[in-house]
Amino acid sequence: MSSLSAPGATPAATPLVLPAAKAALLLAGTAVVALAVYYFIGVDQGAYSVFGNDMHVHEFVHDARHFLGFPCH
Amino acid sequence: MEKRLILRGILAGAAGGLLAFLFARIFAEPLIGRAMDYESGRDAAQAALDKAAGLAPEAADPDLFSRTVQADVGIGVGMVFFGMAMGALFAVVYAICLGRVGGLGARNLAMLVALGGFLGFYLVPFVKYPANPPSIGHPDTIRDRGNLYLVMVACSILLLVLAVWLGKRLKERLGKWNATLLAALGYAVVIGVVMAVLPSLGELSANVREFGHHATETPLPLTDSHGRIVYPGFPADTLFSFRFYSVAAQLVLWGVLGLVFAPMAERLLARRAATGGDGAAVRARVEPAAGA
Repeated sequence: MSSLSAPGATPAATPLVLPAAKAALLLAGTAVVALAVYYFIGVDQGAYSVFGNDMHVHEFVHDARHFLGFPCH
Repeated sequence: MEKRLILRGILAGAAGGLLAFLFARIFAEPLIGRAMDYESGRDAAQAALDKAAGLAPEAADPDLFSRTVQADVGIGVGMVFFGMAMGALFAVVYAICLGRVGGLGARNLAMLVALGGFLGFYLVPFVKYPANPPSIGHPDTIRDRGNLYLVMVACSILLLVLAVWLGKRLKERLGKWNATLLAALGYAVVIGVVMAVLPSLGELSANVREFGHHATETPLPLTDSHGRIVYPGFPADTLFSFRFYSVAAQLVLWGVLGLVFAPMAERLLARRAATGGDGAAVRARVEPAAGA
């Protein structure tokens, strides 16, 4: 632990710029997957439904949906 | 590098979601239970009124999951996965911001991105369309309400990004302090206009047709044909507590996400800065020292 933090004794005031263009695919892919999870927890089988008339996802995360601020029912 | 940041973001988000779930299990579930009791009592009173008026009673929705599953497992899965999704997005934004938003340190940037997520994804939309416990919200308007909420979330996030961009642009001319204040003011004005333009939920056409003009969908007292109150309106204290705890839970989620991510990111960046390469090279150099 102490040996790990030793090289970081003088952390850069301004962190380095990541080559975002190179990592664009990874970043975009992550964002898409994260937004899909957001959609299934918050929206699906409410305003929209990918699985038709089924309500299992909606009913399972029902309380979380209310408490996280999404419209429900 | 980006992959390491994203994994750490998901981990920190899961930690935030887990703590927010524990908070919800203790503070929110009793309120959700009370709101559901209110709903079943109201449905029973409505059914009695319908029967007296000679109308057929409405069919109840089937219960796919028991209340125990919903209150102990469902809410936990929902909040932890929400936290992980927010952690992943957080890490993406963090990676893009690194080195592009002035002389911020690794930890300060983490806390600011978490603040941005809390504001953009939750608190600003909440100001217009606050969280509601069960029994508030008409099934007929779910599509409109869902769309309006998503429009509000999209606007608040988009405008937040624009405000940061504007602040950066103004910094050279006005200095950091004034540029930040001006960007924040601009954000408040524009998001205020958006909120004023979007309709209140009670003013949706389906609601006006059935209930008349009201600001919200919060159930009013149920009256019989003589105008006598046969069932009270939704209890105000339950509604306030639910919304208050909802804000608190999101504060916990985003706060823990930022606080867990910040030191991990700093260590990662310091390691990289020390070698100019990725973490694997550092570990090879550091491990002999750890043994000594």
